[in-house]
Amino acid sequence: MKVNSILSTKHGDVITAAPGDSLADAVATLAKHNIGALVVIDDGEHVVGIISERDVVRVLAERADALSLTVETVMTREVVVGLPQDDVMSVAHTMTERRFRHLPVVEDGRLMGIVSIGDVLKAQRDKYRGEIDTLETQIMADDTN
Amino acid sequence: MSAVGTEAQPLRVAIIGAGPAGFYAAEHLYKQKNLTVQVDMFDKLPTPYGLVRAGVAPDHQKIKSVTRVFERVAKKPGFRFFGYVKLGEDIHVSDLRRFYHQIVYSTGAQTDRNLNIPGIDLEGSHAATEFVAWYNGHPEFRDLDFDFTQEKVAVIGIGNVAVDVARILCRTPAELAKTDIADYALEALRDSNVKEVYMLGRRGPAQGAFTTPELKELGELEDADVVVFEEEAELDELSRDSMADADRGTTRKVEIIQEFAQRELSAKSKRLYLRFLVSPTELLDDGQGHVEAMRLVHNELYRTDAGTLRPQATEKTELLDVGLVFRSIGYRGVPLPGVPFYDSWGVILNSEGRVLDPETERPRLGEYCAGWIKRGATGVIGTNKPDAAETVDHMVEDVREGLVLDPERPSPEAVVEFLRERQPDYFSFEDWQRLDELEQDRGEEEGRPRVKFTRIEDMLAARERIAQVGD
Repeated sequence: MKVNSILSTKHGDVITAAPGDSLADAVATLAKHNIGALVVIDDGEHVVGIISERDVVRVLAERADALSLTVETVMTREVVVGLPQDDVMSVAHTMTERRFRHLPVVEDGRLMGIVSIGDVLKAQRDKYRGEIDTLETQIMADDTN
Repeated sequence: MSAVGTEAQPLRVAIIGAGPAGFYAAEHLYKQKNLTVQVDMFDKLPTPYGLVRAGVAPDHQKIKSVTRVFERVAKKPGFRFFGYVKLGEDIHVSDLRRFYHQIVYSTGAQTDRNLNIPGIDLEGSHAATEFVAWYNGHPEFRDLDFDFTQEKVAVIGIGNVAVDVARILCRTPAELAKTDIADYALEALRDSNVKEVYMLGRRGPAQGAFTTPELKELGELEDADVVVFEEEAELDELSRDSMADADRGTTRKVEIIQEFAQRELSAKSKRLYLRFLVSPTELLDDGQGHVEAMRLVHNELYRTDAGTLRPQATEKTELLDVGLVFRSIGYRGVPLPGVPFYDSWGVILNSEGRVLDPETERPRLGEYCAGWIKRGATGVIGTNKPDAAETVDHMVEDVREGLVLDPERPSPEAVVEFLRERQPDYFSFEDWQRLDELEQDRGEEEGRPRVKFTRIEDMLAARERIAQVGD
C-alpha cells in the first residue's frame, strides 16, 4: 500500500500557511480546520517548514508575545517530506522512530497533501481488517462445503 | 414532505458497479439503525460481483465464496439489481438525480497503468488485466487472442495479479479443467507451448507486493518448478536493516523466497522464474512488429526521505528472450461521464468518499464513491469493506443533515418505467440467479464449479429459454 492511496481520499484537505503569517493566524487556521499541523510553503509552493501544535505550545510557554511572531520564526524547518510512491508501512515506521506526526507529500516539487500518523494508523488498521475479513470468509466457506 | 430515510420516504440510493465495494456499501447501508433504505445496484454486465467473477483466478474458488455474503445483501428488503445497464449510455447521472437521493460510484479500476518504454505496443505485449478478464470469460474481452505458440513469457510486476497470470500460464490442462476458467481459454491453454515464465520485480524479496499464500502456491505447482536466483534472493544491506522492524508477513515472504532459491530443479516441464531488482527498459521487435526480446536493467535500492526502499537503475543490463509479455504494474480507474476525476492517480476526486467539485473542492451534493475508484487499486477484497463503511458513514451523516438530492420521482416504479424504455433487456437479480444455477448445472456435468456464459447474447438467450421452460 502506497501513500497515494491515503491521499486519494483526502482531496481538498491541504491547509497551508505562508512564512510571513502571524502565529495568531496560524493558530486560528489550526482551530478552524481542527487539525494538528500546517505545512508552510513559499510563493513557489515549495515546502519550507511545518508548524505543529507542539511548535505553538513550546513558543507560548516561552514568550508572552508569541502570537505576534511570524510562522517562519516558530516553524520546524527540518521537514521529512514523503512521495506518493512511499510505502505506508515504511512511513509508519519512520514517523514512529523519528517521532513526528505529519508528513507533507510532494510530487514534482508540488505539495500534494499531508499524511498524519492518524491517517497511517487508519490505513494499516483497514488493511488488516480487510485481510482478516477475507480470510474469515474463506474459512467459513470451508465449513459449509 | 417526510424526512428522507423513513418508512414514508425511504432513502433511495443508486450504486453504480456491482463489485465488492458496491455490495459492501449496500451491506453497510442496510446495517444502519433508524434508516429505511432502498438500494438499486447497476452494472454494465448482466452478471454481478465485478472482479470476484472476472478478476479472481479460476483456481482460487475459495476466494469467490465471498459471493455468499453478497447474496445475503441482495436479499435485503428493497434491494434490486439492474444488470446490463451502462452508465453514460443507458442511464446518465442526470437521470439518476431524478430517481435517487444519493448515488455511489463503485466502478473499480478497469484499466492498467501505462509503462512508457519503447516497444510496449508491439504485438505480443498485453495488459495483464486483459488476459485475466479473458480467461475469466468477461464478455468484453472474450474475443482477444494471445499467442501461446511462444515458449517464453514475461510478466512485468510481482503483485497478486502478476502471480495469478504466471500461475495460470504454468498450470496443466488437467489442473485448469477442474476450474471455472472460460471454455475457450481452457482450449487455448491446452495447446500452449509456454515453457518458461519470468515474473519481474523492480525491488527485492523484502518489498514484494504479493501476499504470502499466493507466493507459497508458486512453489506447489504440479508441473512447474519455481526458480529464484540465489544472488537475487539475498537481501541487500538496506533491506536487511529494514527486516528488524518487518511484520510477520514480510519475514515469511523472504523466508519462502530464500527457500525457493535453494531448490534443485526437478523433471517438471515448465519453469517459473521469480526475478528481483530488474526493470524492463525496452521491448525488441522481431522485424515484423512482434516482441522477440526484452531489455532489462538491474536495479539497486535506495532509501527515500520517508524511509521507503525504492529501485534505481544500475549500469548492468541483460537481454531476455520472450515472445509474449504481460504488464501488471498497477491499475487505474476509468473516468465516468459527468463525474469529477483526478487523472494522475486514476480515481474520482473525493474526500473520504464524498465526491468533490473540482472548482471549489467542496462535496457535490448526493454523490459518493467507494472501492478502487475511490482509493486506487490496492488491498484484497475485504479491504473494500472498511472503505465502503467510511463512505456510507458520511452518506448517513449527510442524510441526517438533510444534504441529499431532491429527486422528482423517488419511487422504485419510476426506475423500472425508465429502464423498460431505455434498456428493456436489463437483468434482475432473479435473472442472474437463474443464470447462476444454469452455469453451475453445466459445470456439474463436467466436474467443474461452473461453466460460464461469456457472451451477452448467450446470457439473454439462456434467460429466454428458462422463461419458456418455466411457462
